[in-house]
Amino acid sequence: MTDLENAHPRASDGPDKRFLHQHLLGIEGLSAPDIELLIERAEAAVELSKTRDRKAAPLHGRTQINLFFEASTRTQASFEIAGKRLGADVLNMAVASSSVKKGETLIDTAMTLNAMHPDILVIRHPSAGAAALLSQKVGCSVVNAGDGAHEHPTQALLDALTIKRHKGKIGGLVVAICGDVLHSRVARSNIILLTKMGAKVRLVGPSTLIPESAQELGVEVFSDMRLGLSGADVVMMLRLQRERMNAAFVPSVREYYRHFGLDDRSMRYAASDALVMHPGPMNRGVEISSDVADGPQSVIEEQVEMGVAVRMAVMQAVLEASDTRSGEPR
Amino acid sequence: MSIFFATPNGLVPSSGRSAWINASIYDPSQGLSGVRGGILISDGRIEAIGAEVHSENLGSDVEVRDLGGAVLIPGLIDMRCHISEPGGESRETIASASRAAAAGGITSVVMMPDTDPAMDDVALIDLALRTSRETAITRILPSAATTRNFGGREMTEYGLMQAAGAVMLSQAGTTIMDAGVVRRSMTYAADFDMLYGHVSHDPHLAGGGVMNESVLSTRLGLPGMPREAELLPLERDLRLARLSKVRYHAEKISTEMSESAVARAKDEGLAVSAGVTINHLLLTEDDIGEYRTFFKLAPPLRSDEDRIALLSAVKSGTIDVICSAHNPQGVDRKRLPFEEATDGAIGLETLLAAGLELVHSDQLSLDDLVRAMANRPAKLLKLESGRLAPGANADFAVVDPDLKWTVNVGQLQSKSKNTCFEDREFRGRVIETVVGGRTVFSLHGNASAA
Repeated sequence: MTDLENAHPRASDGPDKRFLHQHLLGIEGLSAPDIELLIERAEAAVELSKTRDRKAAPLHGRTQINLFFEASTRTQASFEIAGKRLGADVLNMAVASSSVKKGETLIDTAMTLNAMHPDILVIRHPSAGAAALLSQKVGCSVVNAGDGAHEHPTQALLDALTIKRHKGKIGGLVVAICGDVLHSRVARSNIILLTKMGAKVRLVGPSTLIPESAQELGVEVFSDMRLGLSGADVVMMLRLQRERMNAAFVPSVREYYRHFGLDDRSMRYAASDALVMHPGPMNRGVEISSDVADGPQSVIEEQVEMGVAVRMAVMQAVLEASDTRSGEPR
Repeated sequence: MSIFFATPNGLVPSSGRSAWINASIYDPSQGLSGVRGGILISDGRIEAIGAEVHSENLGSDVEVRDLGGAVLIPGLIDMRCHISEPGGESRETIASASRAAAAGGITSVVMMPDTDPAMDDVALIDLALRTSRETAITRILPSAATTRNFGGREMTEYGLMQAAGAVMLSQAGTTIMDAGVVRRSMTYAADFDMLYGHVSHDPHLAGGGVMNESVLSTRLGLPGMPREAELLPLERDLRLARLSKVRYHAEKISTEMSESAVARAKDEGLAVSAGVTINHLLLTEDDIGEYRTFFKLAPPLRSDEDRIALLSAVKSGTIDVICSAHNPQGVDRKRLPFEEATDGAIGLETLLAAGLELVHSDQLSLDDLVRAMANRPAKLLKLESGRLAPGANADFAVVDPDLKWTVNVGQLQSKSKNTCFEDREFRGRVIETVVGGRTVFSLHGNASAA
């Protein structure tokens, strides 16, 4: 019925090639074939997004609620567009400005929404584990759009898709994730995904912003940008939140930029064809210079484009898994 | 002959070759313990040292000075010196402190960051180095404040200040009480391999204490502070040093309990070092006598048992460094009732003489002194001085170990006169101090100076 279905793997690709998860709560819990499947389907969705007349509507008649407990223009817009391109009815709940302020708990909000029988809940919440908690309480599929400093799985998938389109592979690549790893859900999801897919992951940043025992996640840790970037195929910058800048974790923006900012000088240590990535929004002149952010090696805009495709693939996959499951005897 | 001091020349090293011969050389880091020989200097650095340097094998281009058997040791490195420039030039300037240091055989002085404004910014490090180039005759090594304005909350720019020339971190006389800040600042300092100096003093536990808590404080009716006020933050720091893997330096410990805590940390293999002031090796709380405020120090003078434990810790190497803790204070801050007086005493000029008193009384050896006042500070601060090795800076002191002299406060070089050793007779005195191959101080006038 749709272009997306044409992208489905053939049965001869093996039994693993069916997506069986009715929620996407994190990259943790996905197998490498799960990840490959989502990336493949997202690649097909990229093409669909480019067609002028997007008639395909696999989610026609389904209801998607975006439940954002933290303001996020970019991610929310990306999920909204993804849902609409699939034909779903999309409702945005800006929870930060509604009933939660009146004292309603996460569970109460979820139960209220659940009573309206949505098919898919997309949740962003400042607390780690919130998406998992919600998934235990509602009857529909839950997609984690970021929970505290825990996971942001669709970001990691869109990063993987972007890398794969440029490098043709993920396994064997050296990926340097730089900056505030400690507070970053993007970094956690990427570490899990990239190591699972066989990439060599490095964390680069001041030790105050690298989590304790990070080495035990199967990564290498560097506090010297030059060593950390040396020969890297992908340089993934993280946003330094304003509230971290003022002397609690790093003393000042100028010192941070000098030691951990990505500019022409530090880029010279990476491989000559290294990709530059950033999950956005960028702090120009804090973690990245404009020259590099807008330069020929930057794929930052493409990441945004891939975001829509990945979210289309993810929502369709979890709904299919959910439909299959509900069709089965319990 | 009058005492000679060089004029500041921006610490430009000497040019050409010169030699000091017929000396008795002590430097345990080089295995030299009373070796009769000389030192050959080339362009401000040591070219050769030891028995092979004597009058017969020196070329005619070498300017030679005969020391007549005097003792030659590496120039001392004082890891803790308060210099109130900028902000308190009436108490001390970089120029006056460097003259006092030179007269005491000290060739490198670590300047505490408690100037006004505090040395918590690159500009202040630059200023200290520029002022020392213009006015100092010894090396002045600025330290950087660990937190902004010593507030104990916000980290300063360690990377930028290190690049500007700061040699270590210090909170000067204060202790960071927020353990989270200590942990993060240690972790950040470790990235730059910067030595993390800290004094440990819990003001809450110390209460209003102004001296060691003991029967003496009870008798004097002065509020005492328990030894635990030093121990608790120290033990916290040692645990956090293990967590953060920073090179930690307990800048001045004063009790047997503190010394044991450092020893345990070292046994664990931590990169931990400790310092003690010369005052705490020579004096005890009994010296306070009738409320003598020049003996009001931070940390306070303790008991003789503590003093003896500290001495043996210096011998064993548990305590790495002996410092002067030079802290110039004017009479307006010292000639006050004991409780109101400011802590601290000057000590640059008497550091070595006081140390030699411990040598003459067999409490320490000269090798112990050289290790604690030159070799180990150089190693902790990664300096090219502090040892008599070929290639190192030609920084050394010539000492007459038996010359008797009396401390006359009017003749001290420091602008402040708050010494613990007023009118004390010492045996042993620095007779010449050389920085970068250039004589910057000579007790017997300019005759031998280039």
